[in-house]
Amino acid sequence: MDYLTLLSVLDGTVRTAAPLVLAALAGLFAERSGVVDIGLEGKMLAGAFAAAAAASVTGSPWLGLLAAVGAGILLSMVHAYATVTHHGNQVVSGMAINILVAGLTPTLAFAWFQQGGQTPILQSGERFESIALPLADTLGGAVPVLGPLYREVISGHNILVYAAALAVPAAAWVVYRSRFGLRLRAVGENPSAVDTAGISVAGLRYQALVICGALTGAAGAYLSTAQGAGFVRDMTAGMGYLALAALIFGKWRPAPTLFACLLFALADAVQIRLQGVAIPGIGIIPVQFIQMLPYVLTVLLLAGFVGKAVAPKASGIPYVKER
Amino acid sequence: MASGTTATGIGKGFGQPGEVPGWVNNALLPVLNLVAALVVSSLVILAIGENPLAAMEVLLYGSFGYPEAIGFTLYYATNFIFTGLAVSVAFHCGLFNIGGEGQAYIGGLAIGLVGLAFGGMPWPVVAAVAIVAGALGGAAWAYIPAYLQAKRGSHIVITTIMFNFIAASIMTYLLVDVLIAPGQQSPESRQFDQSTWLPFMHEALGRVGIEIPNSPLNLSFVWALACCALVWVFVWHTRWGYEIRTVGQNERAAVYAGISPSRNIILAMAISGALAAFVGLNEVLGVHHRLILGFTGGVGFVGIAVALMGRNHPVGIVLAALLFGALYQGGSELAFEFPTINREMVVVIQGLVILFAGALENLFKARIEALFRRTVRRPAAAG
Repeated sequence: MDYLTLLSVLDGTVRTAAPLVLAALAGLFAERSGVVDIGLEGKMLAGAFAAAAAASVTGSPWLGLLAAVGAGILLSMVHAYATVTHHGNQVVSGMAINILVAGLTPTLAFAWFQQGGQTPILQSGERFESIALPLADTLGGAVPVLGPLYREVISGHNILVYAAALAVPAAAWVVYRSRFGLRLRAVGENPSAVDTAGISVAGLRYQALVICGALTGAAGAYLSTAQGAGFVRDMTAGMGYLALAALIFGKWRPAPTLFACLLFALADAVQIRLQGVAIPGIGIIPVQFIQMLPYVLTVLLLAGFVGKAVAPKASGIPYVKER
Repeated sequence: MASGTTATGIGKGFGQPGEVPGWVNNALLPVLNLVAALVVSSLVILAIGENPLAAMEVLLYGSFGYPEAIGFTLYYATNFIFTGLAVSVAFHCGLFNIGGEGQAYIGGLAIGLVGLAFGGMPWPVVAAVAIVAGALGGAAWAYIPAYLQAKRGSHIVITTIMFNFIAASIMTYLLVDVLIAPGQQSPESRQFDQSTWLPFMHEALGRVGIEIPNSPLNLSFVWALACCALVWVFVWHTRWGYEIRTVGQNERAAVYAGISPSRNIILAMAISGALAAFVGLNEVLGVHHRLILGFTGGVGFVGIAVALMGRNHPVGIVLAALLFGALYQGGSELAFEFPTINREMVVVIQGLVILFAGALENLFKARIEALFRRTVRRPAAAG
């Protein structure tokens, strides 16, 4: 593999990692507050649909992003109402949201746009376009090795990729350095202690889920208004679950989660590269086997490397005051 | 209060003793949750710009309104009984099996291979072999996530989801590259020998002189009911079922009682996978008579809703499966009648039922119980 091929694989990795990172950070806030969120997939899908629909109607990707964030938060509030207010089963609630959205998005697209469950294809002004960072072309030609790396991998992405990159240190700061983060971690480990300190457990969990909804919405908006040009049904294709796996693999910490996302994205980028390429000694691997690579990797990683990952202690358990 | 308790029969139900009769927990609350789900579904239909009442009427007529429709409803219900039982057996062990879809797919593959290999054999032989092969296939596909959960602590929800995706990839590969009928474009296997086909219900009943209209309903339905009885016996009347329920109730207590959680996790998941696999019996051997791409069509996920609605009891599961079968059959009728509604509307209703019956099951509980205590206390106080 020559250097430019390697760079294009890395470029693909960054593109695929961006929505994974946003969704995994969303899951991080939810699970750190003690609420398991398997509904990341559904919220991303809802975000993707809302963004594409709003961008198509208004002509602005920013309004699309706003709609996506709104849709994500709305679904998060459904999850919070079921699991925090009514102590419902968190996995069931998340699954319900996934199934609901999987049905709702094509239904609404079908009824509103009459294009067989899709939104209209977005024109160039209605999408987030790639941004060339300053001096990308100059440096790319002039500086060896690092120049092309800067031009191909670091420059030339849309604003949401850079937002996802910034979201990681921001999340780390919030979780580890802010007062909200301290309380967030506490409520995920020992909610009754937080309750005793006079802080509302439910309130904190609602706040965490608002952040979670906003981030998943943005992740969905990335899929339909930045990476793609419109909504197609089931366009998340398991990405929400992969994000959840990355979160577990990253042991519920922002930086390791980022690397887990990059690893999954790399598997995906390599997967695209490998399609139809003959590997010495093996021959051409059927495309379906390459496509299952990220999923197999997830199973292997969860089985082998993480083993007994220590989740936030209260995660998955509804908090009832008089227990 | 004691006299009031005996007079109204309170405490005889399955619910919390001394609080409300069993039928409130097992019938009234599920129905209330279902109504709530349907109300929200109506709002969605309103948002699309159609009349929800007219839609509900089409839904009802389309599922039960004429004999053929009933056959279709029962045919869909057959699948949901299998996946509902599958989810419930895992639930009894405290496991959330989201992998019914993949287990049904791989189990169906095994059943399809039996159908391809046993051409010319009479159908009872093929069906018997297919049941065993399918059960083994589904159980094998559930075994790996179960083993990883029991021994390695990897989260079963995540691994079963991943196994759904892996199963889908494998099946696509097999049907596109390996099993595809020669000279054919669409990814499906050749048709099985007609002798191996599971008889349709209208054929089977026709032979004994009972005339019913043609529908895809086949003998798998009878096997589904048999599975209900088997699961009931297994879960509540065998030592293994008792151990599984103990692990599901309290893993630590099970350990103290000398019950191995990991062994029971694997057992429960294997049975769960085997039950899910029988979807293949209905679809592959009963209706399509060949392996086709995506014959499971999301029934593994519907099983979650069926198990939740049916309170993890075979009788409840049959009723809930009938409900979802009606939704499916009525839903296709709905999509046919209303140009702005498509088949995915059924998935919306499904999601809402899972939300209200599963996650929001406590929504009305406290209020209904309070209401009950008040109405029960009043006559006792008067007397």
